[in-house]
Amino acid sequence: MTTNAPRPALDSVSSLDDVVLDVQDVHKRFHAGKRAIPALRGARLRARRGHVTGLIGPDGAGKTTLMRMIAGLLVPDSGTIQVLGRDATRDSLAVQAVIGYMPQRFGLYEDLTVMENFELHADLRGVSRSERAQRFHDLMHLTGLGPFTTRLAGRLSGGMKQKLGLACTLVRTPELLLLDEPTVGVDPQSRRELWAIVDRMVRESAVSVFVSTLYLDEAAHCDQVVIIHEGEVLGQDAPHVYSDAMRGRVWSVQAPGVKPRAIQARLARQEGVLDAVVLGDGARLIGRPGWTPEPRTLFEHLERATLTPAEPRFEDAFIDLLRTRVQPSEESPDQPPGSPAHRDQPAAKAVINVENVERKFGDFYAVKGVTFQVDRGEVFGLLGANGAGKSTTFRMLCGLLPATAGRLRVAGVDARKAAAAARARLGYMSQKFSLYGYLSVRQNLNFFSSAYGLAGAKRATRIAWALDQFQLAPHADAPSADLALGYKQRLALACALLHEPEILFLDEPTSGVDPIARREFWQRINTLAEQGVTVLVTTHFMEEAEYCDRLAVMAAGEILALGSPAEVKRMAGAPGSPDLTMEDAFIRLIEHSQAAGASA
Amino acid sequence: MARRVWALAIKEFLVLLKDPRSRLVIIVPPFVQLMIFSFAASFDLNDIPFAVYCEDPGLDAQELLSGFRRSRHFEETAWITSDAEIAPLIDAKRVLLVIHIGPRFSRDLRLRRPAALQAIVDGRDSNTALVALGYVRSVVNRYNAQYTARNGIRAPSARLETRAWFNPNLESRWFIVPGIVGMITLVVTLIVTALSVAREREQGTFDQTLVAPFRAGEILLGKAIPGFAIGLSEASLILLVAIVLFQVPFRGSLVTLYAGLALFLMAAIGVGLMISSLAVTQQQGLLGTFLFMVPAVILSGFATPIANMPPILQHVTLINPLRYLLVILRGVFLEGAPCGELVDQLWPMAIIGAVNLATAAWLFRKRSA
Amino acid sequence: MSQWRATRGGGRLMRLRGLVRKEFLQIVRDPSSIAIAFLMPVVLLLLFGYGVSLDAEHVAIAIVVDQPSAITASFTGELMRSRYFEPSFMPTMADAERAMRARRVSAIVRLRSDFARERMTGSAPIQVVLNGVDANTARLVGGYLEGVWITWLQEQAYEAGEPFDISVAMEERVWFNSEIKSRDFLVPGLIAIIMTLIGALLTAMVMAREWERGTMEALLATPAAIPEILLGKLIPYFVLGTGGMALSVAMALWLFGVPLRGSFTALFAGSTLFLLTALGIGLTISILAKNQFVAGQTAIITTFLPAFILSGFLFDISSMPPIIRGITYFIPARYFVAILQTVFLAGDVPSILLPNGLALLLMATFFLGVSRLRSRKRLE
Repeated sequence: MTTNAPRPALDSVSSLDDVVLDVQDVHKRFHAGKRAIPALRGARLRARRGHVTGLIGPDGAGKTTLMRMIAGLLVPDSGTIQVLGRDATRDSLAVQAVIGYMPQRFGLYEDLTVMENFELHADLRGVSRSERAQRFHDLMHLTGLGPFTTRLAGRLSGGMKQKLGLACTLVRTPELLLLDEPTVGVDPQSRRELWAIVDRMVRESAVSVFVSTLYLDEAAHCDQVVIIHEGEVLGQDAPHVYSDAMRGRVWSVQAPGVKPRAIQARLARQEGVLDAVVLGDGARLIGRPGWTPEPRTLFEHLERATLTPAEPRFEDAFIDLLRTRVQPSEESPDQPPGSPAHRDQPAAKAVINVENVERKFGDFYAVKGVTFQVDRGEVFGLLGANGAGKSTTFRMLCGLLPATAGRLRVAGVDARKAAAAARARLGYMSQKFSLYGYLSVRQNLNFFSSAYGLAGAKRATRIAWALDQFQLAPHADAPSADLALGYKQRLALACALLHEPEILFLDEPTSGVDPIARREFWQRINTLAEQGVTVLVTTHFMEEAEYCDRLAVMAAGEILALGSPAEVKRMAGAPGSPDLTMEDAFIRLIEHSQAAGASA
Repeated sequence: MARRVWALAIKEFLVLLKDPRSRLVIIVPPFVQLMIFSFAASFDLNDIPFAVYCEDPGLDAQELLSGFRRSRHFEETAWITSDAEIAPLIDAKRVLLVIHIGPRFSRDLRLRRPAALQAIVDGRDSNTALVALGYVRSVVNRYNAQYTARNGIRAPSARLETRAWFNPNLESRWFIVPGIVGMITLVVTLIVTALSVAREREQGTFDQTLVAPFRAGEILLGKAIPGFAIGLSEASLILLVAIVLFQVPFRGSLVTLYAGLALFLMAAIGVGLMISSLAVTQQQGLLGTFLFMVPAVILSGFATPIANMPPILQHVTLINPLRYLLVILRGVFLEGAPCGELVDQLWPMAIIGAVNLATAAWLFRKRSA
Repeated sequence: MSQWRATRGGGRLMRLRGLVRKEFLQIVRDPSSIAIAFLMPVVLLLLFGYGVSLDAEHVAIAIVVDQPSAITASFTGELMRSRYFEPSFMPTMADAERAMRARRVSAIVRLRSDFARERMTGSAPIQVVLNGVDANTARLVGGYLEGVWITWLQEQAYEAGEPFDISVAMEERVWFNSEIKSRDFLVPGLIAIIMTLIGALLTAMVMAREWERGTMEALLATPAAIPEILLGKLIPYFVLGTGGMALSVAMALWLFGVPLRGSFTALFAGSTLFLLTALGIGLTISILAKNQFVAGQTAIITTFLPAFILSGFLFDISSMPPIIRGITYFIPARYFVAILQTVFLAGDVPSILLPNGLALLLMATFFLGVSRLRSRKRLE
């Protein structure tokens, strides 16, 4: 089964002199109370001089633990880490003198200005006065922060913070640059700019870079990619090696007139199909190794469906690697969540109505002139980077924040002024899967069922349903804080669904969970939508846009494009390129709007 | 409605009692405070170190000095023979007091002229100095009474007959311990209520609660009930400790006491919920609690009498609910005051409580609903 | 290899300067640390300075005279003249008792109908009833009444031309604080408590803030060594704390009129030692508790309350039970209170300053040492 999967190709690193980073059989456990949580289990990898080595894996895979160990901030339980020939644990001060390390959230002093942050790092790294001015000039030029030197770091946008963080680690050119998830929460444009800076540093100053990320599409920027999952290194190789191995197993399916979601749902259940995702007007599927698609059985109820081989991507290999390791959950989450009465109602028009809504914080428009509608049974996505205004819009819709101007109606009422009873028809799941951490799974379910007025037999049935449907029964008495992230997400969704809401609000429901869990999650959401539940969801994962019926792309508080995923891509001005990713479309849209803004 | 409030209150209890940190905060500091305060916070003095500087060899002087030596308040630690020795002893705090009997003491006494006893006291701590001088005076008075009786001398034309109501031995613990009941009740109630919304805001569960079909009033009630229950039970526990362990007499009615406690809890919960509505983070909540608590304790008459404060501050104390509770506590414990006498303390607390709760509800609606 | 060696020796001063500069910039930008260092001393000093007073003056008392006469008038006149009392006459004992139960008066002085007659035959009783609920005030009131009584007896004897028929007369001499103003001893003690709060709370919170915001992680990954990072915190907050101290001393001297009989040198030396101890405690707390909430709570519970109760600031240590007295030796504020009360009211008394200063020196060394030893350039 796994013969095609890439194995760690350590021998591709030719001579030992070339190795800037050598991690050998590193184990690490953390202790939470009486429990020991393994963070790393025998991790091994090597990085070459002058290369960009990427560390890719979902949240909780052990990326940050490994990064911190390399920077000498954590001590491995066993195993060795050599950085530029020195032991990172014993000789950490020496290692710290030659590396540059940018932690998550960039480690900036937000109440210091750009210049002051820079000065501090120059002092800490012993950059003399004479060198400093030139270096500063160069870095400001490189990062484009020149005009903002006197601005407080806290007032910078996410993208600018990230660049300042990078500039601070580059104040004295390090031999090895460690970047821990530098692109999380940053808009796609800034992500590209960051990669451009990294490329330049590698080219011009021969810096070696070790960078961790949870975005699979960033693998393409790396010379070598290390895949890490649940503390284990699953492979190390050049990115194209991974995707080449998938050649012949990836297909694209088109069926005109059928909702892409329906195609995807049908395909996912087929024998031999490892994975199926919505893409553009159709779906994309990965077959199990050695499986050849049989169009007649595959498309039993799909008329005029076509199957064409597709170019494999890194993500396909990643899913393949994970699917063959992680057993997918047995059930397919297609059972209806009870028998909601609203299912049979005729599809009325717009359930959510947003007209010219704006929200100001001081002088700053977080949301400006936003207008859209969501119909019953639709999955509607709000897409954008952090600070684009999607969370503000979301919070206004839920009634958590008043709008400064405009009209918001959810199920015919203003959620802000809605009577408590009207709110009983909404389901809500927040960004951080907000649960009462010290309460057990069952106590959380008990509380939320009472909160929504469930009682007696009805309540017992619904709680039993939730425990069963989301496979939470084995953990029913565990404190919810101790659950794995994927389970927390399930519990949060279960709590939101207990009362069979007509409208479901989901705020960043998939952040931090691994790709497999994300797929399962979207399957559940799609099933709900089929049953007539209206779903409004925010996400900063561009590729998740494909799961939405319609979406609004937001930037700087405004909607840049509104429509089905395919329509949005068309609006981005790339007709006839179905392989255009949503991220490409997003960047194009932003560029358009900036160009329009400049000409206006 | 009742069911939803009940669900909220149960949840709140579970959160408070299952979180080891908040459990710790609710249980440990109050009892440490109770113990330390009750044992340490006292204005009574025992074993005052004193030096004797006696220049009179006569028996009368010795007899007077033995009065000091017998008293449990005094402890003779030095015997000096010259003026020059006084300063080093007092400066270095080796003695608090020097009893000086001059060379003419016996002669004056026999000649029926007032014989002088000089008490030199370290005034760095003025209260201790005053209390010590009070003890000296009572030893001298006792000696005078004995001396006149024994020698058939005419007693002074008038004498003081002093007795103290409610606390005949003037034990300051009887004063402090009931005060602690009030103070700890305030601390616990504030900590339970002031941090609860901020904690939920930090964890993101507060939005979840707001989106659910709760009314603002129900959420507030759900937050108030645990504060009330925990405050009341902790107060009861401390009452018990005060009566059983510290043997403070309890002379009044429990009904009056609990009426006072209930009204006070309303007022305290109101303050806690106000802080809660305003604080975005737990840290701000903690800071708010601290900022309210320090003045509330200082200006309550807990340690020092309100009557000693400048008039402006005395007016400020009128809005402090702890002020009224302390009077009730001491009234019920020591004075055995009937309910009627304490009505003047009850109604201001009722008003403060109503205002606080209304303000909290208004702030809460304004900030979150 | 050569690169980092080179940066290690010469870079140390540059790194320290960079860290100190950064800290000062943060202090200037963050209103909360300024508030803790300068606003808190002012507010607390005003609140405690005026709010906490043990000086009972103008105590309301009730006078009941069953049968007024010249002799009773002379006694009540003496009471009226005393600055300690604010007497009001009540017609009957029942009225006076009611007033006392209603807490309108703190004591009752009663001259019975046979006062004048008994005075001729022997010793006439002056009945005094104190409200013993507030034992301390009751004792003070009792003392004041006794003073009034003695003065009156003396005057009576003088007027009658008789010898003053009291056997032993007590002469009181109160050193250092002859007017017995409680403010003079409370204010110096208060400064110790405020400095405890500033020192421990400020450092504990700012260290925890660096952990919480993730800046500590970035700092630890640089070549800065642990002593440099700790000194980078100590120096700015020492300066800030000294500023708060100077402000408090200025308020004590010029607002509250507390005398300073010792030298500024002694004051400065004492407060330096204490500040180092408090900063050391703050650092130690922040090493154990890496979030601001826990650090703040721990700082308040472990430093403020004990300093308030067990430092001898308000309650006399030598009268505490032995176990509690033992505990007070571990409270740094105890030593600072002793130093401050002595330097302000008594002067530079070496026999007080040296042992207490030594104790503070030991504690400062201990806490700073613990924070040095327990800090690693690690995140665990």
